[in-house]
Amino acid sequence: MAQMTMIQAIKDAMRVELQRDPNVLLFGEDVGKVGGVFRATEGLQAEFGEERVFDTPLAESAIGGLAVGLAVQGFRPVAEIQFVGFIFEAMDQICVQAARLRYRSGGRYQAPIVFRTPFGGGVKAAELHTDPLEGLMVQTPGIKVIVPSNPYDAKGLLISAIRDNDPVFFMEHLNLYRSFRAEVPEGEYTVPIGKANVVREGKDVTIITYGAMVHTSLKAAEEIEKQRGVKVEVIDLRTLMPLDIDTIVESIKKTNRAIVVQEAQKSAGVAAEVIAQINEKAILHLEAPVLRVAPPDTVYPFAQIEDQWLPSPASVIAGLNKVLDF
Amino acid sequence: MSKPYEVRVEKVQPLSILATDGTIVNQEEMPKLSDDQLRELMRRMVFTRTWDQRAVNLTRQGRLGFYAPVSGQEATMVGSEFVLNRDDFICPGYRDMPQIVWHGLPMYQAFLYSRGHQHGGQIPQDVHVLMPQIIIGAQYLHAMGVAMAFKKRGEKRVAITYTGDGGSSEGDFYEAMNFAGAFKLPAIFVVQNNGYAITTPFAKQTAAESVAHKAVAAGIRGVQVDGMDVLAVAKAVQDAAERARNGEGATLIEAITYRFLPHSMSGDDPSKYRTKEETAEWEQKDPLHRLRELLKSKGLWTEEEENQIIEEAKATVAEQIKKAEETEKMTVPGLIDSMFETTPSHLEEQKAEFLGKGEK
Repeated sequence: MAQMTMIQAIKDAMRVELQRDPNVLLFGEDVGKVGGVFRATEGLQAEFGEERVFDTPLAESAIGGLAVGLAVQGFRPVAEIQFVGFIFEAMDQICVQAARLRYRSGGRYQAPIVFRTPFGGGVKAAELHTDPLEGLMVQTPGIKVIVPSNPYDAKGLLISAIRDNDPVFFMEHLNLYRSFRAEVPEGEYTVPIGKANVVREGKDVTIITYGAMVHTSLKAAEEIEKQRGVKVEVIDLRTLMPLDIDTIVESIKKTNRAIVVQEAQKSAGVAAEVIAQINEKAILHLEAPVLRVAPPDTVYPFAQIEDQWLPSPASVIAGLNKVLDF
Repeated sequence: MSKPYEVRVEKVQPLSILATDGTIVNQEEMPKLSDDQLRELMRRMVFTRTWDQRAVNLTRQGRLGFYAPVSGQEATMVGSEFVLNRDDFICPGYRDMPQIVWHGLPMYQAFLYSRGHQHGGQIPQDVHVLMPQIIIGAQYLHAMGVAMAFKKRGEKRVAITYTGDGGSSEGDFYEAMNFAGAFKLPAIFVVQNNGYAITTPFAKQTAAESVAHKAVAAGIRGVQVDGMDVLAVAKAVQDAAERARNGEGATLIEAITYRFLPHSMSGDDPSKYRTKEETAEWEQKDPLHRLRELLKSKGLWTEEEENQIIEEAKATVAEQIKKAEETEKMTVPGLIDSMFETTPSHLEEQKAEFLGKGEK
């Protein structure tokens, strides 16, 4: 089995699908010859030709609309939005046109589109390159939202996303692209959309998280175990819409305590939704309120203070201590 | 005097073939249409005018929902669709019901769309249209994408899309034309410049010399036509389609036209933003009158025939609205199931909750 970084795994997923299905197309700004600003598509144009993998003019709404028009004609576009903050230029095409196509047409048309975009902080990028916008997407009916945390999941989830007949918003954390390697199988395999992963088993408290915060949470879990001997269970959501509430509830039945850790601003986001669903389905199993560990409700800060702004192992441990000592 | 490094734009003269009295003033630009096809164009315009009048009444009776009147714009709508092939693809705006119905969408589905029923958008498999677009200009991008699909598959098909003069101010309008230019796509972008974006007059819409000039910036062909002249519209679209099929790329067609009625039947009062004199002047340019006079002069049209078509249109509308009214209503569980190909468990749960609430 090959050792791959997450960006290599993502590229491998696209290669597998380009080989398998002639209707899969890759496009976006700079994705062709150079392979994208993060090289996610490097070499794919040389391998599959300019008809399958191509650069577009610089216009995000048109990239989204192109994807919708091609999808209406039976293609399966994988459209790259170069940085997450640029999706605002394409919000109508992603959140209205693609996400509502099946509903508006009573199922006559579908939008089997993957919108891929890098996001995520801690890398000192320019403004609007890293903002955690998953909450906006999760609140949009008709679109699935995926945030992988490791190379194996990234490849398997991206293949699932490309094969899905509904639009998928696929968010790739910048800090995870090249931070570590992991074993990734050659060829095709899928990781199901809508299934969370228990990445660390524990019995005393659950951390529910996703993306880069999985790694922050794992560090916190190890540290607090050393500090006070508690066993922390960590759940990687992997898919934010649909949400795997069953795995969360199973864990809470075991641990009776939980926190939700997210990189996005605190209010009204994925963490709020997770807690609302826990209240609906597992409140009698709780020994303490479920807390959010998340940055304040400000705009995503300029690079100078982003490390202080983002949740850290220490802030996760503080959250764990609160629910453990409630 | 302008400098050599200054971009200069010149005024454009709209293509005109049929004078307001029905005489041909531009024989060399006549579209390739037989006498039978000319008669069919007339039949369709008369039918569309009657259908529009009936639809306005149905809206007043509460039997239709959102409806945007089309009277005055028949030459552009009917004429542009008429010269397309059956497998060419239409991406309409909300006013463009005539084009998609003449392209094959059953009229009762157009009525269902107006009434807020999902089945209105369930386009039959062999009808090559999208349901009407509400977001101004978004359909330009979809047409561009559809056109790219045709090009990729090597099909000699054309994608055509429509918006109004207001739509030409949208970023999507320009982005679509720019992509179509860069990829040399078989697309036809039609702007029905009816003088007003709801109430905002064209003079306040843009300082550009014309909408057609906007094609220059995108590197595609731009033309302006008299949109009340069905022969000019047919010719412009025929040319654009031929060029598109020959791999010569996209065309922007600005059709200068007028809507005789309000923007929609949902509240705007045209007397607040335009004068009676203006409307009367445009009525002199009525597209039906012009073609009728031409056909009469050739012995191809009679009043009896026209009355018969009006009766036929009324009967069709009556039958189709009945069919729409008798169509089974949408349901909330059905709506929930239309969000995704396979309904996820949380929506299944919400569906069950909804059904439980309904039983109480």
